[in-house]
Amino acid sequence: MDYVTFFSLALPLIVVAAMVILHPNPVYSALFLVLTLFLLAVYFLFLDAHMVAALQIIVYAGAIMVLFLFVIMLLNVQSDPPEHQRQGLRTAGLVGGALLVAELFLLLRRAPEGAGQSPLPEGYGTVVAMSERLFTDFLLPFEVTSVLLLVAVVGAVVLAKRQV
Amino acid sequence: MVNFVISFILTLLVLLMVLNLGGLLLWVERKGSAVLQDRIGANRAAIFGKLPFNLGIVNTLVADPIKLFTKEDFVPPGADRLLHDLAPIIALVPALITFIAIPFGDVLVIGGREIPLQAANLNVGLLYILAMVSLGVYGVVLAGWASNNRWALLGGIRGSAQMISYEIAMGLSLIGIILTFGSLDLQEIARAQGYLIGGWIPGWGVLYQPIALFIFLAAGIAESKRIPFDLPEAESELITGYYTEYSGAKQATFMLVDFVESIIVAGLVTTLFFGGWQVPFLMRDGLHFPWGGVLSLPSLLVTLLQVISFTVKVVFFCWLQIMIRWTLPRFRYDQLINLGWKVLLPLSLVNVMVTALVILLVQ
Repeated sequence: MDYVTFFSLALPLIVVAAMVILHPNPVYSALFLVLTLFLLAVYFLFLDAHMVAALQIIVYAGAIMVLFLFVIMLLNVQSDPPEHQRQGLRTAGLVGGALLVAELFLLLRRAPEGAGQSPLPEGYGTVVAMSERLFTDFLLPFEVTSVLLLVAVVGAVVLAKRQV
Repeated sequence: MVNFVISFILTLLVLLMVLNLGGLLLWVERKGSAVLQDRIGANRAAIFGKLPFNLGIVNTLVADPIKLFTKEDFVPPGADRLLHDLAPIIALVPALITFIAIPFGDVLVIGGREIPLQAANLNVGLLYILAMVSLGVYGVVLAGWASNNRWALLGGIRGSAQMISYEIAMGLSLIGIILTFGSLDLQEIARAQGYLIGGWIPGWGVLYQPIALFIFLAAGIAESKRIPFDLPEAESELITGYYTEYSGAKQATFMLVDFVESIIVAGLVTTLFFGGWQVPFLMRDGLHFPWGGVLSLPSLLVTLLQVISFTVKVVFFCWLQIMIRWTLPRFRYDQLINLGWKVLLPLSLVNVMVTALVILLVQ
């Protein structure tokens, strides 16, 4: 990915991501988040990760964010929480953000020399290549994740079920 | 450069095909409903008070759009102006660009150059289509919210819950097809259906996956929000649901989106379950009859036959959806959600398991 493509994607992405937390209207915030996820999918496309891009849109933009919007509209959330609640949220946000930045720097320092320079292997990012990695090298994490999701589903059903 | 021009022409062609078919479907819907209800239906167009004969199709295709596009575009005072304007576009764009991944023919050979008749050959074709279909819900939700009207908001909320519920069954029903043909590429799925079972029967997807076809069609009609699943715009309860506060061109856009979505469903049913552009016994060099005869045809004619075959099938499934729309009454909302989660979802899961088991045993 050359610099022109990178920055013409990265700058709008950062602006849109910032709008998620800066916009006063929760519906608009959610929509900016959808736009962020969409731009991220375009990023994946330019990195030859077609399947990840498609899944990004199906799962995040197409399903999870619709539920977010659904809840925002159903509860009719109008404005930001009152000042005394916001202080705690602000601290949590700052700590979480700082942790993420620290993590990013650690990862960048550990990246091997010349990473991203070598040509991609044949068929990189296609469904077949990705599934092969997923079901051989990463089988255990993959299955554990699916069990985790199952636990979440069962939990949701138990919580939502009417008492008999 | 040449490749770019070819892609551009193909995309334009697909877009025009879909938009024109969408307009035509409006007439088929009016005439079809009239036939089903024993009326004559859309049959008049009095141009300058003369021409008394049957011009119903002109009326629907010319007079109706002119009327809709010259009407006042009213935005309610309490509405969110920006999103109210954007919602029809957000609804239309994903619906229109879905079609670029659907192949409408094999290859067109012109001057030694092979042009695949598919606007974009995507390695993740089916996933791309699911992604675009899942984005279609935003237009509905935003229209409902931005209108600042209770009926519209209820319609939008119903729409989002309904479309999310049926997306799952839809995606799972497609897994059966992916397992059967071993590919996500729609062109490859269409090619694989040219195989003849025992040399006689065309191996179309419907023979391997009849249950998936049923689930997909039901979920597809629910995704395109048409009767019997048109709860987001149920007239008797919600005026017209999420687009109650829309008039003129923007309302026409929402109506068009409904038709474009049914064309997508018809196109996908054709491609995945009824052989796509395949004509039985037609190979690249002509007809190979199972009883031994070979009728060789020029390559251009073969391509033309394939495109015609695809178009006829798509039009048939559009017609079928319109017939379903005018035959069945609307579900209740709890029935709709129950059908999605308690019938279609388990059925599609069982279908996936059985398909996988059979494939494992056959191999």
